Amino acid sequence: MTATITPGVQVAGPAARARAPRTGRRRTRLATVGWSALSVVLFALFAFPVYWMVNTSFQPNNEIRGSEIHFWPDNFTLRNYETVLFDPGRTPFLPAAANSLIVTITTVAVALVFAFLAALAVTRFRFRSRRTFIIAILVIQMIPGEAMMVSIFRVIDGWHLLNTLIGLTIVYVATVLPFTIWTLRGFVNGVPADLEEAAMIDGCSRAGAFWRVTFPLLAPGLVATGVFGFIQAWNEFVMALVLNARPDMMTLPVWLRTFLVANGTTNWAAIMAGSTLMAVPVIVFFLFVQGRMTSGLVSGAVKG
Amino acid sequence: MTTTDAGLTPAVSAVEGERLTAPEPGSPRSGRRSRRAPTGGFTPYALLVPASIVLAAIVGWPLIQLLVTSMQEFGRAQVFGAPPAFVWFENYVAVLTDATFYEVLARSLVFAAGCVIVTMALGTAVALLLQRLPKGFRLLLSLGLLLAWAMPPLSATIVWGWMFDTDYGVVNHVLVNTFGLEQFTQHSWLIEPLSFFLVAGVIIVWGAVPFVAFALYAGLTQVPDEVLEASQLDGAGGFSRFRLIVFPYLKPIFLITTILQIIWDLKVFTQIFALQDIGGIREKTNTLGVYIYQVSIAGGDFGTGGAIAVITALILMSVSLFYIRRVVKEEEL
Repeated sequence: MTATITPGVQVAGPAARARAPRTGRRRTRLATVGWSALSVVLFALFAFPVYWMVNTSFQPNNEIRGSEIHFWPDNFTLRNYETVLFDPGRTPFLPAAANSLIVTITTVAVALVFAFLAALAVTRFRFRSRRTFIIAILVIQMIPGEAMMVSIFRVIDGWHLLNTLIGLTIVYVATVLPFTIWTLRGFVNGVPADLEEAAMIDGCSRAGAFWRVTFPLLAPGLVATGVFGFIQAWNEFVMALVLNARPDMMTLPVWLRTFLVANGTTNWAAIMAGSTLMAVPVIVFFLFVQGRMTSGLVSGAVKG
Repeated sequence: MTTTDAGLTPAVSAVEGERLTAPEPGSPRSGRRSRRAPTGGFTPYALLVPASIVLAAIVGWPLIQLLVTSMQEFGRAQVFGAPPAFVWFENYVAVLTDATFYEVLARSLVFAAGCVIVTMALGTAVALLLQRLPKGFRLLLSLGLLLAWAMPPLSATIVWGWMFDTDYGVVNHVLVNTFGLEQFTQHSWLIEPLSFFLVAGVIIVWGAVPFVAFALYAGLTQVPDEVLEASQLDGAGGFSRFRLIVFPYLKPIFLITTILQIIWDLKVFTQIFALQDIGGIREKTNTLGVYIYQVSIAGGDFGTGGAIAVITALILMSVSLFYIRRVVKEEEL
């Protein structure tokens, strides 16, 4: 029990528990070596699936279905990427990627503007029902999309927006709005209102003070929040599956799934190439904002 | 301010030496400002209009629709225009007297509980490990964690599905050739519900541990060294140091991450749905989220599906309530 919860204590055994500084130091060094070795093993475990996806994507399809397993793409090929990108026999990748990009970017742009205005309202003004609004935002965020998919499907259908990019975008804006407002609220709060007041004393209007003083300081927060939203919309699967099932209106996750339906004849090498293409932008963006991700997630409860 | 803010706000980046300072929502000045802040007349309401319209249209209206539908007979005929008849609570009665629903519910609860426990235990262990690592190794492990965390859930599921493939999966290959476990030759992992959920659990835990580990690690860096040293001099062993000093510091983060894990794991959709595509038996592996989809979208019974959705939402909302209360209490709103 202690070994897992407080590493570093039991490694050297009871003999080393004596308080003498020399053995203590040696024990610490030994422990550090042990923990470092463990961290390498854990790194391998966590990174392996990602490696395996990329590795498979560069191997010929007949080879990955052979009796041998290739832990390294010795017969490196780009054929799978070619298949995924240009094979006329399949639902093509490029339109799906374009759909994903259009929906995601529009979602982020619209949500940022709307959320920004709302964040301003709740941080810079005291007004009646302000608290109610903030709590409503938190509650809305916790309503599971899985429970709502049926009724959202019917509402979007009622507006004749099924299988359109606009319909999906509207739904995504509503999906990312609560956490975008919540995170931006934190960032705006981080800029002291005193700065604006000082600018107003110097003759700026309220809006002008905000635009010239606070907005530049918020830029990093806006970028981080935008990236969160991008990842969420890019990865979203349930709503896209329900609302945009028509081949020419699919987004990447729904497109990727079509590879699986042909059971038994799944082209694993190609689907790994497709997965890689879908994952790379997310991984790049993610590494870019990862520091803020943890606190953003805890306070904003993104994901899912 | 409670300890959470101390623990959460200065998000410690996984990259050594880089410490990003997130905004401080509950700084002491907010109290002072609240007295000075203008009421602004109509301005704040105007600023809220765009967001409110979208949320009302895509959350509020569907929510009302959902409640209405759940009390209607709403099948394929109604989708094609027949007027739906009100049956009031008949759908709910049907769902709540259906053994299949209880199977799905129990499966979801047990599966979520398992995932949450394993995720939290591993996440805590990894956080403590991160704290003890020298710089370079910490960076390496952080990179591995970030890769797992960043993978889109669908890609992750597909990749793991491929790794557990019956004929050409690397898992079977290694089990047979490296460990000599011949019984795994052509072993089919997804066909048995139990091992199906084992694979699903591995995917979910693999993707969720990084978040828990980083959040707890950020909290750990806030525990003052002097207090720990003092307690060590007083003769506190490793475990009691953790229980008496470290854990109280981590408790708020622990609580929030656990609640979030419960919510996410209870409503899990993507991983289960995609694994079923790869080779699971749907009837034996449905969880709440997937079941709603099967009954309403695939099965065309929107009335019953609506009732299941409302019940699911109520279960999740009761868990969420803890989270919302906690957040409202901590942030000076």
